[in-house]
Amino acid sequence: MDHLRSPASRTVLTLGLLSGAFILFTGAVGMIAAFHEREVVDRFISLGQLTLLAAPFVTAYYSASRLREYGGDLRNVLIAGAGVGLLTALPSITLLLFNSDEFRVLLFLTLRLAPIVAASAIAWGRHRAGAETQTVIGIWLLVAILVGIVTYSFALIFEIKGDLRTVLVNIDRDWVEVITFENRNDLMRGIGTFGFVSVASGLAGSVLYLMPTVPRRALIYGLGITTLIGAFGETARLILQENVDRDTLREIFRRDTLRQNAALALFVISTAAGFLWALYGRQARERFGSIGAAPRRTLNRVGLVIFVAFMLMLPWLIGRTLSDVAVTIGIFVLMGLGLNIAIGLAGLLDLGYVTNYAVGAYFLAVLTSIGPLGLFKGTFTFWMVIPIALLAAMFAGFIFAVPVLRMRGDYLAIATLGFGEIIGKLAISDWLKPLIGGAQGVQAIPKPLLLGTELKNPEQLYYIVLVACLFCLFVSIRLNNSRTGRQWMAIREDEDVATAMGIDTARAKLLAFTLSAATGGVAGAIFAAKVGTVFPNSFTVFISINVLSLIIVGGIASNPGIVVGAIVLIGMPELLREFSEFRFLLYGALLILMMIKRPQGLIPSKIVSHEHSSGIKAKLAAAE
Amino acid sequence: MALLEVNDIHTYYGNIHALKGVSFEVDAGEIIALIGSNGAGKTTTLRTISGLMAPREGSVSYDGEEISRTRADLLVSKGISMVPEGRGVFAKLTIEENLDMGAYVRRGGDLKDDLKDAYALFPRLEERRKQFAGTLSGGEQQMLAIARALMSKPRLLLLDEPSMGLAPVLVDGVFETVQRIASEGVTILLVEQNAHMALQIADRGYVLQSGEIAISDTAANLQQNETVQKTYLGID
Repeated sequence: MDHLRSPASRTVLTLGLLSGAFILFTGAVGMIAAFHEREVVDRFISLGQLTLLAAPFVTAYYSASRLREYGGDLRNVLIAGAGVGLLTALPSITLLLFNSDEFRVLLFLTLRLAPIVAASAIAWGRHRAGAETQTVIGIWLLVAILVGIVTYSFALIFEIKGDLRTVLVNIDRDWVEVITFENRNDLMRGIGTFGFVSVASGLAGSVLYLMPTVPRRALIYGLGITTLIGAFGETARLILQENVDRDTLREIFRRDTLRQNAALALFVISTAAGFLWALYGRQARERFGSIGAAPRRTLNRVGLVIFVAFMLMLPWLIGRTLSDVAVTIGIFVLMGLGLNIAIGLAGLLDLGYVTNYAVGAYFLAVLTSIGPLGLFKGTFTFWMVIPIALLAAMFAGFIFAVPVLRMRGDYLAIATLGFGEIIGKLAISDWLKPLIGGAQGVQAIPKPLLLGTELKNPEQLYYIVLVACLFCLFVSIRLNNSRTGRQWMAIREDEDVATAMGIDTARAKLLAFTLSAATGGVAGAIFAAKVGTVFPNSFTVFISINVLSLIIVGGIASNPGIVVGAIVLIGMPELLREFSEFRFLLYGALLILMMIKRPQGLIPSKIVSHEHSSGIKAKLAAAE
Repeated sequence: MALLEVNDIHTYYGNIHALKGVSFEVDAGEIIALIGSNGAGKTTTLRTISGLMAPREGSVSYDGEEISRTRADLLVSKGISMVPEGRGVFAKLTIEENLDMGAYVRRGGDLKDDLKDAYALFPRLEERRKQFAGTLSGGEQQMLAIARALMSKPRLLLLDEPSMGLAPVLVDGVFETVQRIASEGVTILLVEQNAHMALQIADRGYVLQSGEIAISDTAANLQQNETVQKTYLGID
């Protein structure tokens, strides 16, 4: 019993049960069964099975790294790997037993005995700690009654309904089918297979950790890339579709699934590449680090040219569907860069950013529409309205900034949130219906014309967004190092002190809100032209929240961070489409994970990263 | 004529009557100490003079001009500079950027010489000019706050509790610096709880008590004053 209390075995227990809970939970919400429909490698492994394998594998790998910290030897690590595998399977196996016809009695026994066992355990613990007999008996009774109420009512429900399935609707045949690895009819064999696979996969995880660095890293690359491409088969196929002829494509994919040979080839190639990188990567990086300033500048320039060429060719590389996603991402990059002026530079938490987006979209819609609501029936073109939408959004930003100038922090956030709501209500109101169509919105917005060609495909619209983004990026970078940018940062740090430096804070804040609104207007106008119709329900508070989140996920006040944040936040739900109805569950989980692992953002600005890396050091220095 | 003339100002925090008719004056070239206990209204007085708060009654005149209704940011270009309480350095800007911010009101012009002056006054800052101000120690932050305030080339420097939270060794250094700045012709209004140190370097002093000036005299006399000795200098 005592060696179970060591920190090492505790780690194994906690991690193993965590991954077991994960498998149980994903099963209970129906994810495992749903993922089984989707094959990662054709007729070999499904996404559901991959989840069952990956959980013990990853957990065992991680627990092996923790065990090494505690000084565990080879044997310990291997036992821990097997243990993690077993623990991962355990909760689901228990549920499997409880759910089966033969062993349903176990469920009732557990429910009946649970209060007594729990009460005795707690009371025994108290007794050992030296409590008086009376107290111990009191505690025993109390716990037994409390737990009893819960378990007996559960037992009651099950007896009435007769089945676990009526409570846990997703614990159905499909789930059993996946979790027993297609041994649904022979329960014992199914449990055995599941347990064996889980333990083996846990062992494999710890063996991987014990390998020497080079093959280990090569295998991690190989496995990672193969599973990623397999899991996101649809996206991978869409990209390949543009660049590979149909027959080759059919060799690689069966519908959206990697074929076995292709998967094997992919695994071999990526492992080999990983092997080479693990062997020579460091050397290459060192050699790159040691080259002189002049050749490095040329290299940087070459890199820039390649990057620009890549950005220009992107729509032809990724095809129509993904170009459409790229345009949406670009629209959000625009908004992110704009909102960052208010939030990142000036520290003004603006939650009503959707206002500017809506103003831009409606201005473009009403001025260019050739439908019944169009005011000018085509006199105005897209290109003429873009500057108008920009100015209109700036004006809106200015107007809304005036009443909130004196507010700070949370109060400002709530007030701006209110403005966002006002715009939403105005757009849908009867009052403005003659002008902007109320709930029906404005239709028949023509696509932009360029030199006589209509830019109607996402591949073409992409270039408009690209130019707008590059321009905003340029302005944003210049602002960062300007006197104006500096004055915003001073306000963000301390408004009173900024005033004491001679900064007219009211003017600076107005400027921040106004400039911040500008890109929102352009983004809205491009959005309206892209979709061709404008509805009020496109302009909800979720737009504001999305823009705010992409700034935080990417890295506050960091321009590259905002671009990456938009790609991840807007692009991810599109990629996760393959996980059907669990898309937003996964999306939420990934966001939480990201904020735990990288609270400073994916590409933090120098200030924020500095704070995170040396915050403690700085505090120590200040304390001296 | 006095450089700064505070005439019967009444300042409120909402309904709280914080300053109940404070009057005093500061002549050009003087070091004036404003001493008093916690909550006596010292910081409020400074905030009122610097324009961060507006008095409900009374007037403040600077160089013969009425400034009690003038916005704080405009006063900086008129030559009034403040070192706020708790230093208020911009933690996420570097030291040099902080100094740049100090010269915000001086559009254009070359800052190199002024930076050189600042670093001559505080060599410690030059060693760390690319560091974030938040990484400095308390004493260094105080130096930075003073250097930053000087970057606007003020005629009148308002110092709010420069000794707060500093080790005794550092306090001496700060007051020496203040004296040095004064010797270069900058008029100084110093708010301090550390009455002992403040009165040593000041020419004249005012004792502020619950929002009113209780005693005013030369610094030397104040040091001998029985009430001051008892209440603020801890001498029985």
